[in-house]
Amino acid sequence: MEWERTLSQVLKTEGLKGSNKVASGRILGVRTLRFASLLLLSLFAATSSVALSSSASAADTPTKLYGILTDKDGGALSGVRISIAGPAGFAAEVTTGADGSWEVPITTKGTFAATINEGDLPEGQALTDPTKVTIKANVFMLGVDLRLLFPIGPGVEKASLLVRSAQLTVDGIILGLIIGLAALGLNLIFGTTGLTNFAHGEILTFAGLLTYYLSAIVKLPVLAAAPLAVILSAFIAGYLQDRFLWKPLRKRGTGLIAMLVVSIGFAIFLRYFFLFIFGGDTRQLPQYAGQAGLELGPVNITPKSILTTIFGIIFIIVATLWLLRTRMGKASRAVADNPALASASGIDVQKVILAVWVLGAALAGYAGVIVTINQGVSFLMGQDMLLLIFAAVTLGGLGTANGALVGSLIIGLFVQLSTLFIPTELKYVGALIVLILILIVRPQGILGRKERIG
Amino acid sequence: MDFLFIIQQTLGATIGVNTIIFALAAIGLNMHFGYTGLLNFGQAGFLAIGAYSVAVPVISFGVPLWVAFIIGIGNSILFALLLGVPTLRLRADYLAIVTIAAAEIVRQIARSATFNEWLGGSDGITGKFGKDFFDLNPFKEGLETPILRFNANDLWVVITGWILVAIIIFVMWLMVNSPWGRLMRAIREDEDAVRSLGKNVYLYKMQSLIIGGVIGSIGGFVYALSRQSVQPDNYGTALTFFAYTVLILGGAARVFSPIVGAMIFWFLIVFIEQVLREAVTNNVIPDWLIGVNQVGQIRFMLMGIGLMCLMIFRPQGIFGDKKELALDAKA
Repeated sequence: MEWERTLSQVLKTEGLKGSNKVASGRILGVRTLRFASLLLLSLFAATSSVALSSSASAADTPTKLYGILTDKDGGALSGVRISIAGPAGFAAEVTTGADGSWEVPITTKGTFAATINEGDLPEGQALTDPTKVTIKANVFMLGVDLRLLFPIGPGVEKASLLVRSAQLTVDGIILGLIIGLAALGLNLIFGTTGLTNFAHGEILTFAGLLTYYLSAIVKLPVLAAAPLAVILSAFIAGYLQDRFLWKPLRKRGTGLIAMLVVSIGFAIFLRYFFLFIFGGDTRQLPQYAGQAGLELGPVNITPKSILTTIFGIIFIIVATLWLLRTRMGKASRAVADNPALASASGIDVQKVILAVWVLGAALAGYAGVIVTINQGVSFLMGQDMLLLIFAAVTLGGLGTANGALVGSLIIGLFVQLSTLFIPTELKYVGALIVLILILIVRPQGILGRKERIG
Repeated sequence: MDFLFIIQQTLGATIGVNTIIFALAAIGLNMHFGYTGLLNFGQAGFLAIGAYSVAVPVISFGVPLWVAFIIGIGNSILFALLLGVPTLRLRADYLAIVTIAAAEIVRQIARSATFNEWLGGSDGITGKFGKDFFDLNPFKEGLETPILRFNANDLWVVITGWILVAIIIFVMWLMVNSPWGRLMRAIREDEDAVRSLGKNVYLYKMQSLIIGGVIGSIGGFVYALSRQSVQPDNYGTALTFFAYTVLILGGAARVFSPIVGAMIFWFLIVFIEQVLREAVTNNVIPDWLIGVNQVGQIRFMLMGIGLMCLMIFRPQGIFGDKKELALDAKA
């Protein structure tokens, strides 16, 4: 269970002292309020068992490796053989029971390897990662049971490369759109004020949390909660934020790098504030939670995903038209180009910046709403997206609106399609490496102008 | 409320291991940001590389610890070169984004299951890789006074750590007061002016990045050794941000400021946390307002607000000189 892993981490790192402050930040993130009391209790239990294991002989501490083997939908898989090899010639074989569970008692510390017998899996079930037939487990202390997971799914090898790339392309476009919505706002704000806003990701989280509260607690239908969250995010995260934080700072003449650091402080504050009020777990909206996907040719996509994507595209088109066609939009581009000249030709620069903040917060807010509806919301959502947003903006060219969109699409597609060749957990690494490579060749970004580099 | 316990914890933290680690990280950043004006947001990556370079060779390949230190310094130089070649020609905010991305690459690779065998995945590495170091420990028992307590191992880490910091600070002081140091400050103030004097700015920036990075990775050594373990998630972006907070708190471009900054930082953090924790457990603050395990969150919130206020109202830090560096670069 989650808290167990966390706990064993805490014990391992801290040597039972709890002196590592940075670690506790991350750990708090994983901890859920629900488990708080349980965690404390088990902390005492584990502490005493550690004390025991040092005095009494190791064999006295009952410890087990265990797991429950289930398919993707949670159905138990029984009769599957799992063999365990451990230090000093330790070997055991177990068969999963009717509820899919298995356990092996161990008496020594060390590295154990659990191997699943793939041939025992029923027809149509396979390991989601075929290379993970063997899982290694390091037992650092006795008395703390270790749970091993073999993720089972319908089996990847059934899908051909073509089908997988089609699915991943669609996923990539959707991810690109989410990044693009957030990146457009970030870039507009950067263009007009020069602020590199590290707290931009928190707008996504804010809107996501609002959607959750409006939908799950106020019990509004999602179709009403989502627009309301976007509007509130535009007003609070856009209008109020600029009016009461950034505008006074600009008036004070705070430098750009100083403002960058202020935005970092603001992001840290907001992140832990969200954790404080919301807790550490990822929560799904109750409505449309388990929506079944539609089979469109080779691609499987949920209706909610289609709908949120279409609205996202419309939103981006409207924002682009606003930039290109309206007086205010033109003025914002003028301010981005040369604030002093724009001001001299009668443009109210502060008003333009305010408008850009409101639009940017609405766009980012909607990006947060999409993520919340499709994947659920957690307090780390914005932080996880922020680097991708920055990568997209840098790739496209800082301060250029269409550059942000192009960069987002490339990053989104690259992140998803790269999983064809590299492990899924490293997909963000691939995107970040591409970012660095492109910057070597074209420091100003794909659509950026040369004068923007130093 | 147990005030003696609060004082004990706070005092221990003020001169403790964490202060040493953050001081070293911030001394590196002081080289980058304070003296050369490089906005390196990837300092956590340097610490991670230092920490893993101590743990991995010793545990997985049986290399002696002293060789591992040299490997660690070599790796951090390599990382600085990798980071510097593409980014040092870019403007400050580009550099910030690329370095933060690079540090995140390091962390995600370190925690990935793909390299589990060598780097230990998301659980990191725990083991007795510091044995060679702790075997030298002359202290058989720890320090036991009413207001300050260290166990034997911590005492050894703290004493060697502070000696290390003192040496690095001294070298740093010599460097920044040399012609080389003045050149660095000139690059910070006006790159083009320096270039017009025929200096290779790119090369000097690279030197700064390497030196600051190596100091950061030494912080990583201390981090890993003091805990006898390396956890990838300790080296996230937050570590870099807090190292900046430490630097700005003390005042950038002052040799001693990272030490003072780190002491104040950890004093405040542990003091606030302990007072809140005592207040919550003794029901001075009601449970519905703050739960016991929410104290850490309050601490981080205060830290964020503190960083904002510091930057807005006193950007030169507590001991910084406004004329030396006011952080007002209009990029």
